[in-house]
Amino acid sequence: MLRHAGGRLAQLVPTLIGMSILIFVLVRLLPGNALEVVAGDAGSNPQAVAAAKAQLGLNESLVVQYWHFLSGFFTGDLGKSYLSGQNVASILGRAIPITLELTILATVFAVVVGVPLGILSATRRNSSSDILSRIGGLIGLSFPNFWLATVLLLITSTYFHWEPSVTWIPFWDDLGGNLVQMAMPAFAVSLYLLAAVMRMTRTSMLEVLGEDFVRTAWAKGAGRRRVLWSHALRNALIPVVTLIGAQIGNLMSGSTVVEVVFGLPGVGNTLVSATYNRDYPVVEATAVFLAAVFVVLNLVVDLLYGVLDPRIEV
Amino acid sequence: MVNKVELPKGGRRAEALALSFAGQAEQAPRRQGAWRALLRNPIGMTGVVIIGLVILTALVGRFAWTKSYSAQNYTRLLSPSASHPMGTDELGRDDLARIIHGAQVSIEVGVVAVGVALVLGLLIGVTAAFYGGVIDAVLMRVVDVLFAIPSLVLAILIAGLLGPSRTNAMIAIGIVFAPSFARVIRGSALTVLAHPYVEAARALGVTDLRIITRHVLRNIISPIIVLTTIYLSSAVLTEAALSFLGLGVQPPEPSWGSMLFEAMPYMQIAPWLAVFPGLAIMLVVLGLNFLGDGLRDVLDPRVRDA
Repeated sequence: MLRHAGGRLAQLVPTLIGMSILIFVLVRLLPGNALEVVAGDAGSNPQAVAAAKAQLGLNESLVVQYWHFLSGFFTGDLGKSYLSGQNVASILGRAIPITLELTILATVFAVVVGVPLGILSATRRNSSSDILSRIGGLIGLSFPNFWLATVLLLITSTYFHWEPSVTWIPFWDDLGGNLVQMAMPAFAVSLYLLAAVMRMTRTSMLEVLGEDFVRTAWAKGAGRRRVLWSHALRNALIPVVTLIGAQIGNLMSGSTVVEVVFGLPGVGNTLVSATYNRDYPVVEATAVFLAAVFVVLNLVVDLLYGVLDPRIEV
Repeated sequence: MVNKVELPKGGRRAEALALSFAGQAEQAPRRQGAWRALLRNPIGMTGVVIIGLVILTALVGRFAWTKSYSAQNYTRLLSPSASHPMGTDELGRDDLARIIHGAQVSIEVGVVAVGVALVLGLLIGVTAAFYGGVIDAVLMRVVDVLFAIPSLVLAILIAGLLGPSRTNAMIAIGIVFAPSFARVIRGSALTVLAHPYVEAARALGVTDLRIITRHVLRNIISPIIVLTTIYLSSAVLTEAALSFLGLGVQPPEPSWGSMLFEAMPYMQIAPWLAVFPGLAIMLVVLGLNFLGDGLRDVLDPRVRDA
């Protein structure tokens, strides 16, 4: 298994490089000239344009520019924001914990609630609770997360007169205040995944419960709890892990819009406002960061299969 | 039921024979019966009804409700009443008319975007499966790289940098979903290409294009239909998200996503403005998900009992 893990790790590098080249090229190929942003109204003045070009390092060849960009991720020098002049690395550094916390909370919530609901649904197949949770699942899958976030804000502000804090409260400063602030956004990000996890747990539990080894377990007199939780669930969880892996991208997309609704200065929110403002160094850095996390998490999920199911060669 | 075999004409006899093997090789129920099976499936039926209503609204809604979606009035932020069933917005525009126009936008963007993804996916997927080797490897690595960027992030990048507009949103969503189509189509095409009747067709000297159109495409329609419905709902959601973020449909044209965004500052005094567009998005996505679920039940025999 270790050799396979090594092989997958080796695949990671070309994917990451390909992804960073794609983002680098996208940002440079598409219309909307970064020079106009830096040179401002002086854009028509050739001297100002030349100065801006030199300042941005745009006189260098694309290969050199790409090299600067790539090595920036290792040296921490990602350039400066065109807009605020702040270091891109420090902008990213402030945004990362918010997005990470949001996505982790959302995933934990989805698993903790979704898996038991799925089991319940599978073991009481076609009961009213099964049908209810199936319909609930489809509704959960269809609830646009930005609308959910808006409705949550509406309800809390109208009925509880609660307004989200304007700035983010770091969990290392005030855990309680942080959790109060993050609960609703995390729920808004989570609902889709929760519904998907529930549906997948149900389907795969139903499949596993029909397998021979489960019948054997029943036959040898294992208790209901033992059959369900240790025989069936362990096997049923494999597709659920696959699903969560496949949904990581959705989770990050979800956190992007929810961050915007709740005004959380996370990576997604930073990306959106930088895209508006054509603040290219920030766009590149945030997009590459989000994609890199995405790729690495997918790898982790792949490796997890091997742990869950020794039959699978990762 | 056996696959419908066309009457052999001249030299095509062997090819027709090969096609009849396809009927035996493929386990999926024939599509002629699929529509009826879909209507018998309660979830699929619900989806058909919801989507039918939405399409109807998009097509004839503006004739039934003739108020303009862009005419501004002094009657601002009116709560829902008989003359404005969904109230009016911050510029006094009739919200129902805007929702109706939004249905049109949603469907158009969704269909065109998925169409773009389907065409790109077919080109990439079938080419990769058919020619294999280096072409396959190169195309699939490109697909891997596109897959390495979360979909909304890529959509934001493309739509934002092309410049926010409805057309660019459609292009962006199409490009973002193309890799998924390419992968599924390549996989299904590989399965079809492994059948002896393809070999038979090759041995008979049938041209590549004809093998692709007649043998490959015909046999991968089922997975494509399911995939298309699933991605239609994602496309509608992505368009709404992009417009919500200001990177999609631009004012004064209403999109459900941008209507939601515009409603946010007035949420306390005019909550209906935030409720109706959200409900509309949800209804369409729900309908498409129901339809997709029903179609999968009908077209994919492996999950029929699940």
